[in-house]
Amino acid sequence: MNELQWPELVIFALLFGLVTVLGFAAAKWRAGGTLDHLDEWGLGGRKFGSWITWFLIGGDLYTAYTFVAVPALMFSAGAMGFFALPYTVVVYPLVFMPLLRMWSVSRTHGYVTPADFVRGRYGSPTLALLIAITGIVATMPYIALQLVGLEAVLRTLGFNGAGIVGHLPLLIAFIILAVYTYQSGLRAPALIAFVKDILIYVVIVVAVIYLPIKLGGWTEIFGAADAKFEASPAKGDGTLLNGNNQLQYATLALGSALALFLYPHSLTGVLASRGRNVIKRNMSALPAYSLLLGLLALLGYMAIAAGTKPLVNQATGRPDTNTIVPNLFDQMFPSWFAGIAFAAIGIGALVPAAIMSIAAANLWTRNVYKEYVNKGATPAQEAKQAKLASLVVKFGAVAFILFIDPQFSIDLQLIGGVMILQTLPAVAIALYTRWFHVRGLVAGWVAGMAWGMWLLYTIPSADGSRAHFGGSALVLDKLSLFGWHPFAGSTMTIYVGFVSLIANLVVAVLVTVLARRLRWPNGLDKTSPADYHADEGDKKLRAIGAH
Amino acid sequence: MAPPGKTGLRWSPWNLLLVVPLLWLITPVFNRTGPELFGMPFYYWFQFLGIAVGVLCTSIVYVKTKDKPTTSAPGEPLDVDDLDEGAR
Repeated sequence: MNELQWPELVIFALLFGLVTVLGFAAAKWRAGGTLDHLDEWGLGGRKFGSWITWFLIGGDLYTAYTFVAVPALMFSAGAMGFFALPYTVVVYPLVFMPLLRMWSVSRTHGYVTPADFVRGRYGSPTLALLIAITGIVATMPYIALQLVGLEAVLRTLGFNGAGIVGHLPLLIAFIILAVYTYQSGLRAPALIAFVKDILIYVVIVVAVIYLPIKLGGWTEIFGAADAKFEASPAKGDGTLLNGNNQLQYATLALGSALALFLYPHSLTGVLASRGRNVIKRNMSALPAYSLLLGLLALLGYMAIAAGTKPLVNQATGRPDTNTIVPNLFDQMFPSWFAGIAFAAIGIGALVPAAIMSIAAANLWTRNVYKEYVNKGATPAQEAKQAKLASLVVKFGAVAFILFIDPQFSIDLQLIGGVMILQTLPAVAIALYTRWFHVRGLVAGWVAGMAWGMWLLYTIPSADGSRAHFGGSALVLDKLSLFGWHPFAGSTMTIYVGFVSLIANLVVAVLVTVLARRLRWPNGLDKTSPADYHADEGDKKLRAIGAH
Repeated sequence: MAPPGKTGLRWSPWNLLLVVPLLWLITPVFNRTGPELFGMPFYYWFQFLGIAVGVLCTSIVYVKTKDKPTTSAPGEPLDVDDLDEGAR
């Protein structure tokens, strides 16, 4: 074990203690009649206003892993890592309209998950099950990645042991998180998000003012980055994009933007809000976090200018670029401030991990348990089941990190993004039209999923160390349609998720046309056009927490 | 705002503003170093600018397409944006 960093550790422990108290106290925070209902445990009573929603969704989407991995990507690859910025620029305008419809229809019918909506829209438990499983599988590795972020901080604090001892602090942190999420539900991360986001804002604002002054200004910082990429033998890096990765940059940004609100945990935050105006205001207010993310990304270049070296992870024996930002803070800031910064990242892991596990638990309960295991489940049984499922999901994520190489979670998260995109026709397009036939949607999902997974399998990593699942950038030359190479010879790269989504849509259209010709039955639509415009205060809205 | 038709879709021309930020996906527009701003290459500060444009677009659409409330709870002001909202 390395030398423990005492001042940093004390501040970290104090702030961690504070959020633990908040997490438990949250159960009573503006509590409804009962916590034994998914409206309450899983959606915080569906009554969060603009401020709470802003902190909650911000804390949910901009995760600890993002804060650690985006600068790490800038540090090692340069301009490509900046895709997070256009991604978060386009996402809110794109989802502005669909999210309002999703909120209204879910509020009218009491839907808790995206799969609930699909079930109501198409009357098909099978399609809903596919959507639910996709959501759970895509979310699990995402939770595990929060642990990667938290562990990067803990290792910088000095807990860099080998084997199981090295993971112990992480395990303790996660047990505490699991217990208060079990007790308080969505109210816990909603309350903790205030602490997390305020800490993060303070740290980043100080960092982007203080560090450039200390490092000699932005010209100096970009110069150092330029020099590093000039000297490196890798071809894809640099402070600007090159001819080969521009298409990848744009499609990755667009694909990620389309995928973001298909993730069940993002929708959980949206559905927990009180009304349409809360969502509209947040579409304009959430980009404040994008600004933060962009500035944070530049920390990767500051680390280059400061000569920061990644820490060697003693559990895997490899240098871990995810420790770049914690190491930079450790090196440049007085230890008390580094402690605050570490706490910000650490607590930043807890908020999304809690929301993600709640979202996955909701999916399990509503679309698997209630649909297939216990059809007559009462709301209280549902809540109980979801609480238990949230524990299982969290310990599953811990097991991922403890017993399997963390690299596996990173690979899976990459795969998860491609997977969740395949639910776009059934979830997002279905908000607008029921033109697609249910069998077309299933066929499209199967096609997009299979092709996406196959393409990811065939991509080697950039440094050539691994033959499979090495990234999401597909060289166009390798794109093959039943042996036909439409872009033979091209060295440009494109995001796999984007390619597989197109395949999904094409198959869905073809099967839909066929199904309409053959007059296959297309399920029953329980929603009506007016449902998609319902708002808070409407007389016919369902009572919250009702049976 | 147009009344809901048979499809239930409500359309306003202001919604078209939401397409504007997609410009930030066209990389040849900004993949260059100059002109620099405070020592930051064009590539970086132009993408930061995209955030402001996105906020402007969503804000305009919000203001211009504000639905008239169908019903309002008695005594509750509709634009309250404080931390107490939602308690009813």
